[in-house]
Order: sequence, then structure tokens, then C-alpha cells
Amino acid sequence: MSAGTRTQLQPVGIAGVSLGQAERPVGAEEAPALAPNAQLSCIGRSAPRINGHAKVTGSATYTVDVTLPGMLHARILRSPHPHARILSLDTGAAEREPGVRAVHVIEHPIGRAIEIAGPGEAGPARRQLRYVGDPIAAVAAVTAHAAQAALERIRIEYQPLPFVIDIEAARQSDAPPVFDRPVRTEVFGGPAAQLPQHGNVHGPDTSASRGDAAAALSAAEILIEGEFHTQVQTHCCLEPHALLADWRDEGLTVYMSTQFTAGIRAELATALGLPLSRVRVVVDAMGGGFGSKSRIGNDVLAAVALSRKAHAPVRLVLDRHEEQIDSGNRPATVQHIRAGARRDGTLTAVAIEAYGTAGVALGAGVGNFAQSIYDCPNFSLAQSDVFIHAGPGCAMRAPGNVPGAFAYEQIIDELAERLALDPLELRERIDSSPVRREERRIGAERFRWSRRLAPGGGQGALKRGLGMAQSHWPALVHTNCACEVRILRDGSVEVRSSVQDIGTGVGTVLAQVVAEELGLSPGDIVVRIGDTDFPAGPPSYGSRTTASLTPPARNAACLALRKLIAAIAPTLGTTPEGLTLRNGRISSSDGLHSIGFREAAGRLRTEQIGAVASRCDDYGGFGHRMGDFAFARNGLGGVQFAEVTVDTETGRVRVERVLAVHDCGRPINPRQIESQVHGGILQGISYALFEQRILDAPTGHMLNPNLEQYRILRSRETPAIEVHVLENYQGTSATDAYGIAEPSIIATAPAIANAVYNAIGVRVRTLPMTPAVILEALGRLPHRS
Amino acid sequence: MPHNTAPHASRCTQGVTGATVGPGAAAIRLEVNGIVRALAVLPSETLAEVLRERLALTGTKIACDRGACSSCTVWVDGAPVCSCMVLAIEVDGHRVTSIEGLAGEALHPVQSAFIEHDAIQCGFCTPGLVMSCVALLESHPHPTEEEVKAAIGGHLCRCGTYPHVIAAVLDVARKGKRSP
Ligand code: FES
Ligand code: FES
Repeated sequence: MSAGTRTQLQPVGIAGVSLGQAERPVGAEEAPALAPNAQLSCIGRSAPRINGHAKVTGSATYTVDVTLPGMLHARILRSPHPHARILSLDTGAAEREPGVRAVHVIEHPIGRAIEIAGPGEAGPARRQLRYVGDPIAAVAAVTAHAAQAALERIRIEYQPLPFVIDIEAARQSDAPPVFDRPVRTEVFGGPAAQLPQHGNVHGPDTSASRGDAAAALSAAEILIEGEFHTQVQTHCCLEPHALLADWRDEGLTVYMSTQFTAGIRAELATALGLPLSRVRVVVDAMGGGFGSKSRIGNDVLAAVALSRKAHAPVRLVLDRHEEQIDSGNRPATVQHIRAGARRDGTLTAVAIEAYGTAGVALGAGVGNFAQSIYDCPNFSLAQSDVFIHAGPGCAMRAPGNVPGAFAYEQIIDELAERLALDPLELRERIDSSPVRREERRIGAERFRWSRRLAPGGGQGALKRGLGMAQSHWPALVHTNCACEVRILRDGSVEVRSSVQDIGTGVGTVLAQVVAEELGLSPGDIVVRIGDTDFPAGPPSYGSRTTASLTPPARNAACLALRKLIAAIAPTLGTTPEGLTLRNGRISSSDGLHSIGFREAAGRLRTEQIGAVASRCDDYGGFGHRMGDFAFARNGLGGVQFAEVTVDTETGRVRVERVLAVHDCGRPINPRQIESQVHGGILQGISYALFEQRILDAPTGHMLNPNLEQYRILRSRETPAIEVHVLENYQGTSATDAYGIAEPSIIATAPAIANAVYNAIGVRVRTLPMTPAVILEALGRLPHRS
Repeated sequence: MPHNTAPHASRCTQGVTGATVGPGAAAIRLEVNGIVRALAVLPSETLAEVLRERLALTGTKIACDRGACSSCTVWVDGAPVCSCMVLAIEVDGHRVTSIEGLAGEALHPVQSAFIEHDAIQCGFCTPGLVMSCVALLESHPHPTEEEVKAAIGGHLCRCGTYPHVIAAVLDVARKGKRSP
């Protein structure tokens, strides 16, 4: 941005509660302060989704729908063993199969923990397979059936090796090691300070600790303790992982169902030694990702290699079984928490020992939930990854914080009960967030929290319970993020960014922001996204898309308008200075000159005029940043209330109602936000009650690698949901907007768990809360007849 | 279910490579979205595959390919079926309607209501849901909320659009709008 800065008054506070103004330093090229939503005509309104028509008519083009002339189809050969060494591999027969055009052997798989080669070591001579589904080779043929048939002609001699798929067994010193050497420590996909590794245990990472938790715990007036277990959840995006790789001499084009076109381009360029300018990544409609389509994987590199070998475009679409065993998952965790407090509820110490497993990958931590949400001077967190012979985990909607909140928000409820405080009252005392305070107030009133009975207080076999829990997620911003706005000579307007619409409706949000700035309506804006030929946009993960992209979109619109005004001012016989856009007309302050927007565009000398803006730092700076991404100073909150019934005879839990109160800065499209909150809540209920990857102990195979035995919430389990979103102005960017996808799932499982406790009077510390788990918990009740 | 009664066995012909490959392609005639199509299909090809790959009707989505998600819902003779569970040879002589055949010039009221209520996120499940919701309103113009939930009980929407889908269908029913 430009060197100059100015200060401007920005709206700050919660609309209807504390709305005021505050002065902020802003860059010289920043758009003027945006008024609160009540005074705007596009932003803050529920504009219909711009691709809604295409989606309801089936004309939206997903990656699985893209075809190219001469396209080949690829399939992947996968390990049938949880742990084996490849003694020999012969692709000759497969290559001679009719219709086969190329075979590619995966020598150096990615998407998992990477062993550090010892001094002078080139790495292991033979490929080791470390989970059922570990990719071995890929075939491209004229049909998918021919490719599949050829896979069976690849001759492999395996040496099966001992394996371990149980997290407790894997922690033992005599467990079969998943890795023979230490693996590189990584956080958020980048290298970090190396952690210790003993057997299958990598860690602990204690970097989040502060103060002296051990001493403070022994001095605590109240001590609460609990151990919590969470399961592996799989993403189950309805559109499978899919790509179409087209390698040509002039460069590589990849059509791919991805959450981050610009990131995939950068990863491919690095992996293949190509300049960024020769790699193009394209996605039109995208059928969900939830974290699992963020990075390149073995499938992507294999399809690209096959396209290069076969001199033809290669399409690779995973089937549902492959999706379930090798497209990522939310890691399982075990958390042991001890919390110390004073009799007034003040937290004095929290110590968490956590371990989890992301299979052959790292990243099974419990997030930043407990360390951030409540004030506590002494905090210790020791978290380790435990390797097992199972498919690699990866980020999934609010990674870490989902299992983290499930445990910690129950501990907080237990503390409240021990102190004979209402759970809301305890949070009043220990939660310093004014935003969540307002959210609790609204939620308690609308939910009629006061009708809550004592735990297990209901009569009869069907017990009703109310519970609540809170959400915390960092407000993230991707700073390598730009957007272009073009005004064409006929008055039409285009907004361009490589950003992809994963299903959140970011294109609609861009149209609203640009339309607001140009005095148009969202339907007037042509949105061109999902293509790295446009300025590099942010990823659709980390709830950072809107926060990252809407400020440069607004600034670019503002700059393009200024250029238009400068270009046409002479034709009006005046100078640009006094001209502004008001009510769809460019007019001078003295009223002497006035021209409609479209007519003004018609006076351009050239076909179009435009501007590119990139994301500047939040006004007043970020909390901290790591490379391309930054943490805003304030996090995102949210409070959810759940009403459940528990059938104490069958153990069945039914969620009857959820009420959610959330904040995401300035809401831009309330209905789309509501849609995303529904998604977070429903995935949260599904995680709490149903979903669970089940591995077969004798074979290491997943027993439910489909969409029927892997049980997911459906319409009949969908409760009544009420969503309330605050307008929380912070004056931190040209739009002041942040994300909602992840905050909306974090509080759901603990709110349900707290409601289940309220219903039956016994704590359930294990997910999913299946009938068997509930009945086991009820069996612990001493007075049960 | 109409597809269960289709006389598909008589349509199998001997494959060129003999018994080791099984029956080869068979000629079928079916009506798709009002157009009669004559195709030669393998006995193994599903209706979903034929719609997507041969007729380029890619609005029908495949997400599980085994009858577990209903993404691939189309109508055979007006009744919703999972097209991944129907062999193409089974619908010889039958009438198939896919999402592309639902709207004329204007959207079907259910499609408009999906947009209005934002009953769409990623949209991959949406064509299938629309087909089931329209079929429901054809047979039950005034369903209860529970009836809507039951009618879409076989659909999987990973993004969680159910509340808005239910609201959209009830809204269409309330306004008394039916097929145009
Ligand atoms: S794709 Fe046909 S039911 Fe899932
Ligand atoms: S909208 Fe994404 S699966 Fe339903």
C-alpha cells in the first residue's frame, strides 16, 4: 500500500448495544469508513446466492463434471496391508493392458509425517506402506474401468510387517514403530522446532504453557479433573477429491476440487520445478472440502505425472471408499485435564495432558481453545502425536478446537456445579469477552435458560436436559490476497480473484461489497473467481476468506471508481476533486455536474478501467503473523445452547433444539451466514452423536468406509435451530468482516454433552455419545434402580 | 419401483469376446427429459453413468455410487430413484426425468424457493434434493415438517442445508405453488 496514512473514524461496538466510533490509522489508499449495516443497501442484506440458479438447475460445473478432449481416466493402486514393505513391484503387465496409456509408481508419498534421513542416508531403499489405502501406483487408461483392470495386473510382492492401530497400544515402548526414524516437526504445514520422538510418540509440545500450573494446582481451593476421549471423524465431502491434470509444453493446467487454488498452484510449482506463471489451477463449483482439499496430495501429483507421461489430460476422481480411508480425517484425541480455581470461580491453574492420533501424520493437537478462552495465569499444555498405522489426518473444520472445546467446556460446567453456580454465572466471572457476554445474555433469554432443572431432575424414562457451551476461534487473515475490480465501457463491472467458492457463497459476498461501493446492486456485478489467472485470493479454510478478501475487493472498487472519475472529469469540463458517486450518479458537490454511472463508463477512452488492491494489515495491526497469515487482535466467539432428550432405556440421545448466538465482525450476507452456522451445528451434532471411523483390529481395515455404516446426521435428526448473529464492529479493515464457518461448530458437541449431563446427571466424556456410551454412563449412577 | 419390473434380462447380448467378458452392449430406447434416446449400453452401466457420461447430463451427481446418499436422484416414470442403483438396461422403454428436465423457461417453484431460502451451500446434493422435494409435493401438496424430513431422509447433505430445505418446501406448500 502507499506510504501515507491518515486517521478516520470507524464504527466500533455491537449494534444495538454499544455502537460508537473510534479513530483508526488507515493507509492513504484505503476506502473511507463504511457505515454500519443499517445505513447500507447491499452489505448486511441477504442477497441471493449468485450461483444459486446454476446449482438448483444442475448446470453448475463441478470438477467431476469437467471433460477435455482426449481425456484419460486414472485409478490408484492402494496398500491392502496396514504395514508392509514392498519387496518387488512390476508394472510391465499393467502397461501392456489394452487401453492403458501410462503407469506411475509413487516413490515418495506426501501428505504424512516425513522421516528425517540420517547422515549419509539416501532414505530407505524400499517403499514402506504404512496404512491400508496407502497409495502405491496409478494407471491412466482410456476408461476408468480399463485403468481399474490394469491395477490388478501390477505385480507386487509384499512383506507384511507388524502393525498397531490402537492409540493406547501404539504408545507402548514395544509397539511396532510406524516410523523408524524421527519425523520432521511441522505446525500448520510448515517446519517448527524439532520435538522429541520415542517410539510412536512425537512430542510433547509444551510451547503454549505459561506460569507455573503444577504449583498453582497444588495450592488450588477447588480442583476439577477429567479424562476425555474423542474419535476419528472423516470429512465426507459430497463431491469426492477430483482433478483433471493437463500437462502441456507451455504449462500445466489443473482443474481441481480445491479449497485454495493459489496455494495448489504454489505447491505444484515447487514440487515440479515450474515457474508460478506456468501453472494454472481452476475450480468452478466445488462440492465441499471442510479442510480436506487444502493441499496437494499423492492423487494430484500422480495425475500430473500421468498426464505428462501420456501427453493427454488425466482425470482422477476418488471413489467413496478411497475418500473414507485416504482423504484426511479429524484426529482422535485423549485429554486429561486438571483445573484449579478459587471459591469465587476464578481459574488459577489449568494443566492439560493430551495425546491424539492423526494416523501416519502429525497434527492431532487440541487447538488453542483452553489456552485462550478464559483468563488463567498458570496454564500448561503438553500434547503429543501418537502414530498408528492408519490414514493421515488433516485439518477439519476448526481443527483442535472441536475436541478441545468438548473437553474444556465440560470441565468448566463441572466447576460451576461444584461451586453451585449457574454455568452462565461462572462464565460471567471468568470470561472477559464483552462480545460473548452479550451473546450469553441474548441466548439465555431466547432459549429460556431459566427453565433448566437440576441435573437428572426430570421424571420418567425420557429425560430432558439443557446445556450450553462457548466457542472461541482466532480471527485469521490471509495477507497474500488480492482482488481486481474492472469497470467496462458499457457500465458492466467485474470482480476477479482466484478465490474459490467452497459452498459458503464468497462470490455473492464479493458482489455485495463491490455493488455497495459502486452504487449498483449485487446482480449487476459479474464475479469471476476460482482461477489462478486472476489475482491470487485467499484459501477457503481457517474461516479467513471473507476477512481476507472483502477489504481489498472494496478498496479495488473504490480505486476503480476514482480512476473512472479521473478519466471522465475532463469530459464534464471539470476536475475530479469535487466529484463523488451518490445515488448512482457521479456528481460535483456544487451540483453543476452530474452523470449516471453507466453513461460515465461510456465516456472511457478504452474498453475498461480497473484496479487491483491487496489485503493490508488490520487497522492498528495484527496480534501476530506467520508468513502469509495473520491473527487479528480479537478472536471470534459464539455461544450455543442445546436441548436434548435422553431415553434412559435405550440410551438414545435426541437433540431437540439448538440456539446459536455468534459474531463475525460485520455480517455481510445474513442468510448465507445462517446457512453456514446450520452446517457447523449439524456437523457438530453428527460428531457428538454418530460419526466414528471404525478400524478392524485384526486387519487394520476400516469397517465402515462408506456413507451408510459411517453414520452421519440426516434430516430426521435435524433439530429446530435458531441463529442470531451480532453486528460486532471493530474498525479493523475496509469491511470489518470476519469468518463464521469454524466458530459455528466448536460449541456444539460440548453444549450437547452439558445438556446430556443435565438430563441424566452423569458425565459423558467419550465421543460419539452412542446409545452404548450413554447406557454405560447410566450404569455408573449409584442410585439407578 | 418401475425399474424392478423392466425386462432387462432379454436385452443382454453375447459379448464379442465371448463368455469370459459377459454380455456386450445392448440397445435400449428410453425417454430422457422428453427426448427419446436410442443407446447401446453395457449391462454394467448404471443410469447415473449413462446420464452423466453419455448424455452429458451432469446435473445428476454421484457421491457414493451405492445407494447411500441420494445425490443421484432422478425420476423414473415420475417416481424418485437413486440412479446409481438402476442399471441403464432396466430403464429400457421407461421415462426418465433428471434435474435438467425439471424447469422450463422459468424455474420450478421448488427451485426458486431453494434460492430464496438459501437451501444451498456447496450444492452437490442440491439436484437430488430438488428432485425428491418436487416429487413429494406432487404426491403430497401440503406435507407436514415431519413428512418433508421423511421424504428427504435418504439424502445426505454434508453442508447441513436441511433446515433451509425444509423451510423452502414448506413455503412452496404454503403458497400453494405446484408444478408450473
Ligand atoms: S450416488 Fe447414488 S445414492 Fe449416492
Ligand atoms: S449443500 Fe453441500 S452437500 Fe448439501
